Amino acid sequence: MANKKKSDENLKGSLYAVFGVGIIIILLWVYCFDLFIGRF
Amino acid sequence: MHIHKYEKYWLVFGVTTLVAFLIILGIGAFHQGSHPNNGKKTLDYEKVKETAPFDNPGVHKVEGKDWDYEVVVVASAFNYNPPQIEVPLGAKVKFIATSEDVMHGFEVAGTNINMMLEPGYISEYVTEVNKVGEFLIVCNEYCGTGHTMMHSMLKVVDSNESH
Amino acid sequence: MSHTNSMTKVDRRDAKLAMAHIYVAFIALLLGGLAGLLQVFVRSGQFTLPAGIGYYQVLTVHGVLLGLILTTFFIYGFQIASVSRTSGTFTDTQRRLGWIGFWLMTIGTAAAATMVLLNKATVLYTFYAPLKAHWIFYLGLTLVVVGSWVGGAGQILRYVQWRKENKASGQRSPLLSFMVVVNNLMWFVATLGVAASVLIQLLPWSLGLIERVDVALSRTLFWYFGHALVYFWLLPAYMVWYVIIPKVIGGKIFSDSLARLSFMLFLLFSIPVGIHHQLTEPGIDGTWKFIQVVLTFAVIVPSLMTAFSMFAMFELRGRELGGRGLFGWFKKLPWKDARFFVPFIGMVSFIPGGAGGIVNASYQMNQLIHNTIWVTGHFHLTIATAVVLTYFGAAFWLIPHLTGRTLSKSLNNLSNFAGILWATGMTIMSSAMHIAGLIGAPRRSDYSEYGGAQQAYDWIPYQIAQAVGGTILFIAILVIIYIVVKLAWFAPKGDEEFPVGDVHELSGPTPAILENFKIWLVILVALILFAYTVPIIDIISNSPAGSKGYQLW
Repeated sequence: MANKKKSDENLKGSLYAVFGVGIIIILLWVYCFDLFIGRF
Repeated sequence: MHIHKYEKYWLVFGVTTLVAFLIILGIGAFHQGSHPNNGKKTLDYEKVKETAPFDNPGVHKVEGKDWDYEVVVVASAFNYNPPQIEVPLGAKVKFIATSEDVMHGFEVAGTNINMMLEPGYISEYVTEVNKVGEFLIVCNEYCGTGHTMMHSMLKVVDSNESH
Repeated sequence: MSHTNSMTKVDRRDAKLAMAHIYVAFIALLLGGLAGLLQVFVRSGQFTLPAGIGYYQVLTVHGVLLGLILTTFFIYGFQIASVSRTSGTFTDTQRRLGWIGFWLMTIGTAAAATMVLLNKATVLYTFYAPLKAHWIFYLGLTLVVVGSWVGGAGQILRYVQWRKENKASGQRSPLLSFMVVVNNLMWFVATLGVAASVLIQLLPWSLGLIERVDVALSRTLFWYFGHALVYFWLLPAYMVWYVIIPKVIGGKIFSDSLARLSFMLFLLFSIPVGIHHQLTEPGIDGTWKFIQVVLTFAVIVPSLMTAFSMFAMFELRGRELGGRGLFGWFKKLPWKDARFFVPFIGMVSFIPGGAGGIVNASYQMNQLIHNTIWVTGHFHLTIATAVVLTYFGAAFWLIPHLTGRTLSKSLNNLSNFAGILWATGMTIMSSAMHIAGLIGAPRRSDYSEYGGAQQAYDWIPYQIAQAVGGTILFIAILVIIYIVVKLAWFAPKGDEEFPVGDVHELSGPTPAILENFKIWLVILVALILFAYTVPIIDIISNSPAGSKGYQLW
């Protein structure tokens, strides 16, 4: 395995950013799912 | 291969989300029967008018089935037969449609009724019409110059009487 | 990966071959863009085409030129230059294959385009049977595909040669060349489907040799190819994101192994997923549709990996430049550099684009948006923003590199302006398309009031918004064409860098298995057989009488 130091690289901003992406994905999907459920 | 700790968190989160979506869709589909059109029946597309039920397009009340009405639709360039559909609110309706020539769409705007009509195949969709209103039916697959002339109307009326 | 000299130039003969492809690509952009402008005008209800030109003819031109020609030609121009830059100059044979491929594709394009202009092939770029085009249209498309095989083989042979020559050194092959090979292999396997449909079904049918075709089979073969097609467009953009952008921003490739792994996952999961384009059609069993939905969700995973790699690459560089706090690094990125900024807009648009794509693939939820203009809005975010803005961002250094000129400061600023124009126009047009689609507006449709239906009136304001956005986009296209012309013939002479990133010191060694193409190809074939054998047997064994051809335009 590579240098232990790698895990200590500060990538906190990236973590928050990708979770932001995840939330956009979930919100859009849930919105569309709700539309789908509400229609016949 | 080295993967950063945060990337692992993200992939676990992402994959879990996708799996959750699939489980919701899967339960909807295989437990509650919410499938898109998966019609398997075939017919001779050149003899649609002589083949039941398409020899009698329109709205038909039926007995002893899992649904109350059958709406039989024949699509051809560039129109739908019947040109208008009226069903009572709350009825469980089976839409049965096919094409006499090329690919057509059968989309009831503002609803989940959205099927491809393919020559030789019967497309089917069962739903309970639980909203009053006029819903525009459009062909949503390009079928030629008159593509947008191809439309119809689904009227859901608040009455227990069929016409 | 060896450290490459940053001023290594692509050989002049290879540069000429790459530029030939790029010229065709940008001619296609101009003409296809013009067709797009006419479409949004027509759909606004305020404009009718001059006598004799049909809306669907213009739509066919738009789809074929932008979806098939701009993409394929730019991709090959970029890939030829990339392989030559990172694996070394092509041999005469490899380059000859490149030229044969180029001419086959160009002749094929001209033949197909002629038939469209003569109104003999108004079948849109998906040419769904039983609408039947003139046989020359199908032959032209066949030549484009066969040409792409020949040209693509030349690129692969150069990579194979590198592997042979460096066998003893034990070093990993150049990342950019590796990615080109993955993309080409995916393309070869995917185009077999459309080639089978055209050669066995559509071409003999249009020639009158056979009377009928199996429509369901032709659609399934088309979509076996069709979804991989969109990844064939996307992967060159990912090459730029993974390999070029790190160098442009002065950073490093975050992880060589993750980059290779994500490309191998794309190779595996781009093809056995095509049925998610056929979710609302009859003749395919729901269980098999759902299985392909699950496989489609698997192809999302490498894009999730890519999202993290991109942010990490930016964050590492931004922190190196002194960015502090959670997001301080973000401000440190070279926002004024068009080589970074224009592709960056593309990356951002891939977030809503990808999110919308997940909705599209969600089995029964597909009924909400299938063949509505939401889908058009979706792929104008993915292909027509994420992918093409990345191509343009690459063209801004690639063209001067190949022509011995430089991207001057003023052209750089103009490029950024074009990127902002594009983002503005596309935000307006694509948002309007997404919303109108959710309330039912169909795609691929001429202006219509649908007999005065209220719902159709509700769509019209969004169609006007699409015309506004589309007009801004066309202006952006004109600016881009101006930049391309300047870069090709008039920009100051000099040495423009072909940026190729180096891998971060802490990325760790790349497992050899990621370069073992045999293993991945075997898995790919197994997945394809799993996903398609039963559905295709079903279609063939239950098939109704085939269809005769129709010309309804």
